[in-house]
Parts: sequence; structure tokens; C-alpha cells
Amino acid sequence: MPPRSDGPEQIPIDADDDVVRVRQLVRTYAQQTKLSLVDQTKLVTAASELARNTLIYGGGGFARVEEVSDGRRAGVRASFHDEGPGIPDLTLALADGWSSGSGLGLGLSGARRLVDQFDLDTEVGRGTVVTVTKWKR
Amino acid sequence: MTDAGDAQRLTELLRANADSLIDRWVGEVASLLRGRATRTELEADFREFFAALLPLVGNDGKDTGAPEFAEIRSLTEEYSRARVRAGFTPSETASSVFSLKREVFALTENENDPELFRQVMVFSGLLDALGLLTFEFYARARDEIIREQSEQLLELTTPVVKIWEGVLAVPLVGTLDSARTQVVMEKLLEALVETGSEHAIIDITGVFAVDTQVAQHLLKTVVAARLMGAECIVSGIRPQIAQTIVALGIEFGDIMTKASLADALRYALRRDGVDLVHREVR
Ligand SMILES: Nc1ncnc2c1ncn2[C@@H]1O[C@H](COP(=O)(O)OP(=O)(O)OP(=O)(O)O)[C@@H](O)[C@H]1O
Ligand SMILES: [Mg+2]
Repeated sequence: MPPRSDGPEQIPIDADDDVVRVRQLVRTYAQQTKLSLVDQTKLVTAASELARNTLIYGGGGFARVEEVSDGRRAGVRASFHDEGPGIPDLTLALADGWSSGSGLGLGLSGARRLVDQFDLDTEVGRGTVVTVTKWKR
Repeated sequence: MTDAGDAQRLTELLRANADSLIDRWVGEVASLLRGRATRTELEADFREFFAALLPLVGNDGKDTGAPEFAEIRSLTEEYSRARVRAGFTPSETASSVFSLKREVFALTENENDPELFRQVMVFSGLLDALGLLTFEFYARARDEIIREQSEQLLELTTPVVKIWEGVLAVPLVGTLDSARTQVVMEKLLEALVETGSEHAIIDITGVFAVDTQVAQHLLKTVVAARLMGAECIVSGIRPQIAQTIVALGIEFGDIMTKASLADALRYALRRDGVDLVHREVR
């Protein structure tokens, strides 16, 4: 699916396969926006982490991917939405090596380091939205 | 559910006309399938089906899971499966059952007997239920085939090869999802045991991204291999992957890494006391 300039593309995250699909979609956008190979890889990896968190901890949801511009440069923005339990302790969740499950506990904190902009909006009992942006250098 | 005894009239009629009924039924389905199934094949299937169906006349088919349906269920399943493999569509498969209904209607339409009419209606419900059952079995068989194929694909795309006495290599390519990484890692560990190899090279030159999950599978494999007395070497970590791994904060610790598969092989051989040297060519 080629990215369209007339708005974001949205895909569900309900199974393992969907994580792969999200990754591929983000990769397509990153290539289209001509991010460097390193930045493509970083953004795709961050998307992979966040999509998997949406699936595992958020109980599923969806991802939205779009090409953005701040007037000077182009970039790719991806957001991950779920209506799961939310994150009660953000400091803990964003600490390297902390996992409530059996992960390495590096997904969230690592994803933050891999992108240029990282926004986390979460509310206990309501859900979580994580938005990341990578700008073209 | 009505007792089969209720439908004696229809049962007798079906039994008395069995041969001609099956013959017309086969004829109709054969022309529907336009030569993709021979009359002989169909006739064998339909005779069996018909025989299993007779004791059920009078049953309205509301509960096809009931014990008396065991035989007809397994025949329907077999038939549907065979149709999937032969490339028939689900409606072609179901219409084999529905065709019988038409033939039974034709057989009874001139009888002026309200009781027989009622029995035919019940019978029609039974065939509807069995027709629907073919859909169910068809879908299930198709899902199985798809699953088998994707598993085969998984196997095909993740070869573990012995590249030297005592050295296994597994080149990973493409998008690594967790299912695939796990399959590869399991295969690698099994192969280590089978071949008694002491070195395994995991080459990730063809991999687009390594996230925490893939890294975790890699780390676990290395530890498991070590417990089995074997050493893993990860080769082909490209610059963009290396930078991503560092930014993620993944520590590969004391895992041996090499730039290329060739370097990894040279290293493994040297550990075994084999030195690769350039020979002077005269
Ligand atoms: N969408 C979410 N909803 C609820 N909780 C979340 C969500 N995303 C992350 N968390 C919480 O934050 C913790 C840290 O997440 P992070 O991705 O860093 O680690 P992990 O998923 O446990 O392991 P890893 O990603 O390294 O395999 C998780 O263990 C989980 O408790
Ligand atoms: Mg995670």
C-alpha cells in the first residue's frame, strides 16, 4: 500500500501478524519520505516495539501512520492506540530494564531513544496512546 | 427432534427408488461439476452417503452433533476435504448435497399425501443442515491447508546448514517476526544436538530490523547453546542495525560477533585448531 498524502493510514493491531504489518507500513512511509537507512531502521524498530506493547499490554488496538511536515522538513509520524489498562507508573515503565511481563523492559525506553519526538498519553483504566515522529535530516 | 419411525412413508419411498434416485443425483452433480469429477467417483461417494442418510430420515437436522450423526458427519467431512484438495469451491461442494433435495422433491411432487409432504419438509431441513456442514468442514480443511503451507514456508525460509565439520550456520533474512525467530532458534538447537556441532553461526546480514523480542530470542538461543556445550557467533550485524541495538539499550554481553559469515567461520575453525592459510600458487 503506497502512502497517500491525503491523510493518515490506519491498521488494526490484534495479532502477531499485525505487528509485522505495522512494521512494513512504517517502513514504506520511511522509504517514501527518504529517511536515511539508519533512521528507517530506528523508526521501524520503535514501531515494532510500540505495536507489540499495544498488542500485549493494551490488549490490541490500532496504529496510525502518516507523512508530516513542520514547514522545514518532512517526517514520518506513527501513533499506537489502545483502550487497555493504561500505565500506572510511567517512571517505572520508562526505566531501562523494567518489565511487568517477561520482556527485556527496553521497548518503551528504547523506542524513545530511537525517535526524534516521543509523546505518551496514558490513563489508568482508559488506555494508552504513544506517538513518535522521525524527521528527515 | 422427531423419531425416525415418524417418516416411514418417505424412508420406504427413498429405499424403493434408491437406484434411480442416486443415478439422477449423480447425473445432476456431474453436469454441475462439468467433468471435473467422474460419474464413477461420485456414484461411490453418493451411495455411501445415501446409505448413511436413510436411518436419519425423520430427523430435522437441528443437532448434527448428536451421536446418530457420527457416520454422516465423517462422510461429509471426507467429501468436503477431498473437494478442497481438488480445488472445488465451497458452493460447488455444498450443492452436491442440495442436489439430492431437488431429486427427492421431483420424486414426491405428484403424491397427494399431506403426511408425506410434511416428511419431505423435515428431510429438506436435514439436507440443509448437512449442506451447511460441508461449508464448515470445507472451511476447516482449507484453514488447515493454509496453515500447513505457511509452516512449510517457514521451514523453507529458515535453513540450518552445516558449512563445515562441527560448524552450523543459519542465515536469517527478511522481516523477523517472533514466530519465525523462534522456529529458527529451535531448529538450530536441535541441529546442534543431531550433528554434535560445537559452533553455530547466526548470520543476520539479510535482516531489516532487530527489536527487543528478536534480540531476546537470540540471547536465549546463545545461552541454551552454551549450556549444550556449543558456542554461537552472530555475524553480519550491519551498521544501521548496530546503531539501533545500541540505542535500544540491548546488551549482547559476551556474545561473539563477527562482521561477516566468513569471519565467523574463520574464527570457529581457529577455535577448533584449524587455520585457513593462503597457499602460494606457482
Ligand atoms: N500500551 C501499554 N499499556 C499498558 N502497559 C504498557 C503499555 N506499554 C508498556 N506498558 C508497560 O510498560 C512496561 C515496559 O514496557 P517495555 O516495552 O519497555 O518493556 P516490555 O514490553 O515489558 O519488554 P520488551 O519490550 O523489552 O520486550 C511493560 O512491561 C508494561 O507493564
Ligand atoms: Mg515492549
